[in-house]
This record gives sequence, C-alpha cells and structure tokens, in this order.
Amino acid sequence: MALPLFTVDGMSRRHLMSHLAGAAALAGPATAFTNSILANAADLKKRHKAAILLWMGGGPSTMDIWDLKPGASTGGPFRPISTSADGIQISEHMPLMAKQMHHMALVRSMSTREADHMRGRYYMHTGYVPNPNVEHPSYGAVIAHELADTVPDLEIPPFVSVGGGSVGPGFLGMTWAPFVVDSNGNVRNLDMGIDPSRLSQRLEMLDAIEGKFIGEKRGPSAEDHAKVLDKTIKILRSEQMEAFKVSKEPSDVQERYGNTGFGRGCLMARRLVEQGVPFVEVDLGGWDNHADIFRTLSDNKLPELDKAMSALIEDLSERGMLDDTAVVWMGEFSRTPNINGNGGRDHWARSWTVAVGGAGFKRGVVVGETSSDGKEVVTEPYSSQDLMASVLKSLGISLETTFTAKNGRPMKIANAGKVIKELFA
Amino acid sequence: MPIPTSLVARCRRIALAIAVIGLSAPGLVPVPGLSATARAAGPKDRDADDHFGIAQVKFINEQISAGWADAKLKPSDAATDQEWCRRVHLDIIGRIPTTAELEAYVSDSTPSKRAALVARLLGDDYVDEYARNWADVWTTVLIGRSTENDNVNRPGMRQWLKRAFSKNMPYDRFVTELVTATGVNKAGEKDFNGATNFLSGKLEENGIQATAKTAQVFLGLQVQCTQCHNHPFNKGKQNQFWELNAFFRQVRSLRRFEGTRDVQAIEIVDEDWAGEGGDASQAELYYELRNGQMKMAFPVFVDGTAVDPSGYLPATMEDGTTYGVNRRRVLSELIVDSPLMPKAAVNRAWSHFFGYGFTRPVDDLGDHNAPSHPELLDGLAERFREQSFDVKELIRWITLSRAYALSSKVGKGNGVDDPSIGEKPRFSHFYLRQMRPEELYQSLLTATAADEAEDNGEKAARKKDEWLSQFIIAFGTDEGDEATTFNGSIPQVLMMFNGELMKTATSTGKGGFLDRIASSGLSNPQKIDALYAAALARKPTKKEVGLANQLLVARKGDAVGALQDVWWAVLNSNEFIINH
Repeated sequence: MALPLFTVDGMSRRHLMSHLAGAAALAGPATAFTNSILANAADLKKRHKAAILLWMGGGPSTMDIWDLKPGASTGGPFRPISTSADGIQISEHMPLMAKQMHHMALVRSMSTREADHMRGRYYMHTGYVPNPNVEHPSYGAVIAHELADTVPDLEIPPFVSVGGGSVGPGFLGMTWAPFVVDSNGNVRNLDMGIDPSRLSQRLEMLDAIEGKFIGEKRGPSAEDHAKVLDKTIKILRSEQMEAFKVSKEPSDVQERYGNTGFGRGCLMARRLVEQGVPFVEVDLGGWDNHADIFRTLSDNKLPELDKAMSALIEDLSERGMLDDTAVVWMGEFSRTPNINGNGGRDHWARSWTVAVGGAGFKRGVVVGETSSDGKEVVTEPYSSQDLMASVLKSLGISLETTFTAKNGRPMKIANAGKVIKELFA
Repeated sequence: MPIPTSLVARCRRIALAIAVIGLSAPGLVPVPGLSATARAAGPKDRDADDHFGIAQVKFINEQISAGWADAKLKPSDAATDQEWCRRVHLDIIGRIPTTAELEAYVSDSTPSKRAALVARLLGDDYVDEYARNWADVWTTVLIGRSTENDNVNRPGMRQWLKRAFSKNMPYDRFVTELVTATGVNKAGEKDFNGATNFLSGKLEENGIQATAKTAQVFLGLQVQCTQCHNHPFNKGKQNQFWELNAFFRQVRSLRRFEGTRDVQAIEIVDEDWAGEGGDASQAELYYELRNGQMKMAFPVFVDGTAVDPSGYLPATMEDGTTYGVNRRRVLSELIVDSPLMPKAAVNRAWSHFFGYGFTRPVDDLGDHNAPSHPELLDGLAERFREQSFDVKELIRWITLSRAYALSSKVGKGNGVDDPSIGEKPRFSHFYLRQMRPEELYQSLLTATAADEAEDNGEKAARKKDEWLSQFIIAFGTDEGDEATTFNGSIPQVLMMFNGELMKTATSTGKGGFLDRIASSGLSNPQKIDALYAAALARKPTKKEVGLANQLLVARKGDAVGALQDVWWAVLNSNEFIINH
C-alpha cells in the first residue's frame, strides 16, 4: 500500500488499485450477481436507476394520513378526500399529494413487530431485526453498492442522507456509509485553503503513514480509514458537489418545494439523482406524537410533508425521471389506533401503511386492507423485508444476490423478503 | 478542591514541555529516547505471570489465559513501551501523552514502571484530567451527547460528575446519588444538585425513560421493549417494567422559568403519591396489556423483591409510629445490593479499556445474552464489591492486566480473534478502535501543547460541546435517541483536513506549536522526530524522513511550512486517530 495517492498526471497507482479493489469486493460479496450486472450495465447506465427514501423519524400515524377510518372510535377527526387515483382516498390535510396519487401506490397491510424507535429504525432500514453480532447494511448501502457501477462517472458519494443519519453500511463497510449533510446542503470544511499541488504533496506523506500502519496488520479499521480518505479526496476535487447547492435552483422551484428543511431536502434529492447519485434519504422528524397529535399533524407536520413530497413527485414526473426513480415514504412504525389520555397516539407496528411510487412500481393502486378500527391487517400482511425486496425489484436489482457477512455467513439481499406482487403490473 | 497539587502538576508539565521543544535549547535531549532497544520489545515485567503483586490482576490474567487455551489462541507479543504509554494515557485521562510524559516513561528502566505510571495517572497529579475524562464518558452514558433537551443541564451534570470522579466516589454511592437525587439541576441556583440531571430529562410520561435508563445503565437490563408487551425473546415481562416504573412515581420535576418561555432550571422533588386509584396507603399504577386489559402494578424490584406499596414518603405520626417509604431510596438500596450492579459496572469498564465488553451490547446482561468470559465477569464483579466499589482500583486491575499490554498487531496464532466480524472477543491482541471525539479533541490540544493555555473548566467544556455538536444527529424521539457521524465517515475526514480545530493545531503563527519547533535549536531531522513523538509516540521511518525532506525542498526552505505539511499528514493518519 505504500504508493503515492496521486501522481502528476492525476491517476495514481493507488487510485487505480482502489478501482481494482472495488471490483474484487464486488466479486466477493455478490458473485452470483456480478455476471448479471455486467450484462445489464450498459442498459442500466443509459437509464440510471435511483431511489429516494423519505424517512419519517419517530413513527407517523398512517391512520391519519393514508388509511383513514372515518366514523371509527379510533378514527380521529380528519376527513378523507378523493385523489387523482381512482378509488384512493387520503387525509384532507394532504391536498397536494391527492393530485399526485396516480403516480403512487399505498401498501396498507404492513405488519411488523418492532415498536421501539431504535429497533424499528434498524429493522425498517435493513430488513433485519437488530443482532448484536452482525450489522446489516441499510437500503442506502445496498442500493448504492448494487448500482454504483451504473454511474461510473459519479465522484460524490453514492449514498447521501439529508437532514438525518440514516442507518449505516453494516458489513458492506464504510465505503458504503451514508454521506450526511444538513438540509441546506452545506458540507462543512470543504475548503482546503492550499493549492492542489501542495495538497498532493501532503497526501503523499499521509499515504506513507497510512500504508505503514496498514502493513502492520492490526485489523481492518486501519484500511477502512484509508478508503474513506480516498473518497474524501475525490469529493474535494469534484465539481459535482454543486448538486448539493439547492440555492442554485430558480426561486419558483425552491418555492414549490417549500421553504422548509424537508422541502430543501427533497429538492436536493432531485438534484443529486440528476447528478447520478443512486440513493438519497431525506429525513423528516417530529412524528413521535404521544400527545396532542391532531393539532401537530394538521398545523405543522402534514402541510410541510404535503408540499415537499408532492413537489418532488411532480417534478420527477415532469423531468421524465420518475420512471427510473423509486420513491419510498415510511417511518419506523406507526401509531396506536387508540387515542391516549393526552390526545396522542403511542407506538404501533401491527398494522400500518407505507407509500411507494416511481421506477418499476404499478401506479395508482392500493395494496392490502386493515380492519374498520385500523387495529388489524385483514389481508396478507407484509414485512420490512418484503417491502425492501419490492423496492429492489422496482430498480431492477436481482433478488438472487447474496452477500457475505464478515464472519463468512451468507446473507441474502433484503433478508430473502418476498416481493409484494400487487405492486407490479 | 485539590488545586495546589494540580497546579504543581501543570507547572511540571509546562516545564517539561519547554524542555523538549525549548525556545532556545541547543543540545537538549534528543527528542524522546526512542532508542532501538526500547522499540524492539517491552521490558521484562511483561512476563505472563507478573501481576505486580495484585491478586485481582493475577485473577484477570488467569481467566483470560484460560480463554486463549480453550480457543487455541496464541496471544500477540507485548505492545511497545510507546504504544502502551499512549494507550493508557488515552484510556485513563482521555488524551495522548505529551512528549515529556512519553520520554519519562520510556527512559524509566525500573521493572514495575507500568504500575508506577498507572498509579501516577490515578493520583493527585492528574486528578483534574482524570475527572474531566470520566465526566465526559459518563455524561454520554447518562444524558447522551445531544444538547437539545431543555430539561437537562449539561454543565450541571458535568460539574457533579467531575466532583464525583475527582474524589473517587465509590460506585455504590455514585449510583445512589444519581438514582435518588433531589434538588435543582443548574449550577449557581439555590439547592443545586447536578446529579438530578440524570433523571430530569427522563421523567415525562410517568418516568418511562427513567425506568428504562436506570435498568440499562446500572443493572445491564434492557427493559424498554417490555413497556408495551412481554419481550418476544427474553424473559422480560411487561409487569416487570411497570413494577420497576412504580419506583419513580413519587418523583416530580418542577420547572423554573426565566421570563416567560425558557426553562431556566428543573427542580427534582419527592412527593407523596396518591396512586392512580386514589388510596395513598396502597398507591398503585395501571398499565395496558396488548389486548386492552388493564393491570395493576406496585413497586417490585427486578429480582422479585416486593416493597411497601405505600405512596407516602416516610413520616412519623404523633404517637411515634412511622409509616411511608421513599421508593427511589429503596430502589437505590436494591440496586446496590443486586449482583447485577457490579457486573454492569465491571462490564462497562472493561469495554472502555478493550473496546469490547464481555457482552454485546455492553449494557445487556440478560440471560439470553451469554458473556464471553462468565467467570471473569462474575469474579471481577465480586472483587469490585469486596474493594468497596473503588473505581480507581478497578481501573488499576484492568490496565495492569497482561491482555491490556498486548500489541494490536495480529499474530500468526490469533487471526481468528476478531470481534468485529461477530466472534466473541478473546482479548488475545489489542483491538483497534477510533478515539472518541472527546479524546481526539483533548489529544489535539495536547499534541500542540495548546492545553497549557486552556483552562480545564466549564468554558473549555462548552467549547468542546460546540465542536462536538457538528457530529451529533438527534433523532428527535421521546427517548432522546442519537447517532454520530464521528465514525470514520467523510465529514469526519473533512473536519480533520480543514476544520477550525485542525487549522489551529496546524497554525504556523508566532509562538504557536509549529513555530516553537521551527525556531528551536533542533536539527531538521530532530524537528521531524519531535512531531512524530508528539502525535504518534514513535520515530519516523527512513522513508518518512525522506518524504519530509522532499516537502522541505518543495517549500523552498520554508521550514515552518514544511513542518506544517508533515504535521497535517501525521494528524490525519489512521495511526493518530486509532487507539492502538
């Protein structure tokens, strides 16, 4: 590893080596998939696929958004309204999304078991329940890992998390970790303040120290550090970082998404996907409404969500990007049908709704059904891994892919979830 | 407050630092005596059976060795003096050693010098730094790193913790004070008691968080899931959660406001509690089963010990008979008597020094989660109790163990001992781990000798909080869940490349660290040696010296500019940020 990072002509041996290492890594964890991805690479590149996850941290009450129960004692005060999709009704506080529902599908039959925030967050992000001995890769890491080869010119990280932390890359390694930025797209500490040739000289020195330490065989974290260094240097030199600058958009476009953190995040997601980033997660927190839920939703959370999400769907559609971009809306769980003594709802995982759209998903449909009080799924229940398998399928990622965890155990992509058939034509 | 001693210590350090990077000191000691012989191997005291005459260390060594034999592992060689010295400074006082401290240790040829260094780091000379480090560690454990909760006063928490660690408060006392704390959470207020900050942010919704966190931190029990249902895969039952929660029903938090909006401080008080049924002599609470049925709960400890169900605080009637009970007080007594308390403490301490505890996660000692070294965990817990829960003694035993003195280099006979892939840790080599952000911060101050000008008080702590905040992601849930991007991610690397802290550390300004080295009487190679010693506790290799010389050429003889380049590279390296 004692090679200079950069030579005068730009491409160093180490840089080249990192590409080779990347190829080797792919051959390891995903042997079965390698051939198919090579065959499909040309096709995928033409129409590069991407996914945007709208993560609703805290657990949003889907009974008050996507699956209303007017008249039920558990129903709450919100009224359902009709939408652009035949037969689909959603909350009256989502009027803008109502006009986009012909692009979307609702899965009203999610049924999971993790009702603790951190456990639910992990489970919904990875398809696996937390396990102390193995860390599983999240959506962003899996999708970035599988699609990175379709965007060979991408210099910025393939997994971006806006306004939240997402969940990490697990055994896929820090190369696939989320690049976390705030919703203003500010990336701190980008300015080196020295000229590029001096930076190269410093990096050569740094490479010598890194290489010596790695060579002493003290464990994998020494090498992980060097890999992240390489990625950072790429970023420092990339003009693609402009994609983070939401302020470059015309003011009417910014206005359309809303002058909120989530609005800017959604707009940034569109810019990043345009640039080639295969996975963006945008975080909207504040859904842990144990008290005074209805006022919080109607005055605050739902207007912010409605404006930004509807603008994103419409914008992707108008730009012809929606057919290649999956959009997923979910939180770690939902909230109790029963309304508690503080006018709130508590954690509930047994029966709830997620929204998906774009890419290969069927549009304007509802999957599954809950009971009249919202407490039970009365059709076939779906799990986190089923949803994950469906999202991967919508992107053309093979569900035959098997990773190898660090301990040598084979791990099926999406925890071998089964595709939700009704989401596909 | 032991101010005089710490001043002496500080003065001594300054003197030593000046001696090493003296402003005009020709012919001064060649920067740390990293002679070839000292580098080659550790001193004789590393023999497998040497335990410095401390029975507890002997016990640890025997238990760990037995684990190696069982797993057919050959442990790595001993770490070098430099590596061990760096490691023990980082782990006990939260920063790397100064060049002077390093030199003093390396040049010491007495066989028991490891014990002597641990004694010094645990002694009066370092009491402020020791307390600061452990206050940092425990602030994170007790209230997290996020600064967003209005009901928590971080300076108040920190002040209390610093005092507790500076006087080496026995661990049972420590737990009791945190669990039973009453008073105001903000320093400077009447009835200030910083310990209240452990609970002040966790009392909403009938103290659900107080219940979960108390069980997790002090007993190593994960009960949060059983709030709503019996645990699906361990023995946790819903009634146990609420019976434990019943201990927190007499506690109230009162908000003190400044002006109209901002919470100025929180006062924690105990009050009589009438119970949800209205009969204070039998004060019960109700919780809901998943099927909607309501159940009643009274205070019962996790081991099944039932407590006086009265909701009244202890009081005496006119005829002299007493009644009532302080539920939190009783809870603290039950925790202290529980075998789980020292086990949880010992496990947490072990994981601090080795990167892994005997269980994963470290705060889950439930029956479903078998520890890697059950006898060692139990035995160490018993010894900790026998030693009257003396925290510094526990640290001494762990840091003087043979396992703690092993190299991080993986040998031929222990490649399979890798907990990062999910194996049970066998501690046959030192596991690499990145510094905590607090350690990095302090280490950068130390490496640039900037801490000499820095006060060790609340102002410095706030500056550090502000710096830390760039890495904290709060999830905004009621549980105060959070994550950090200080995990080897790109933002962390960018901070190390270009952040304010690094700009200061690599500044070439007059009188700064690099300027002092550049203008010292040292030769160019000695200057490079000084940088390597300060940050990496080793000498540069020939190749590294060569590259440094190239930088000097590239800077056209601008010595301080070249030193800056080297220093930047050294501080950005894996070797610097990884505790090895």
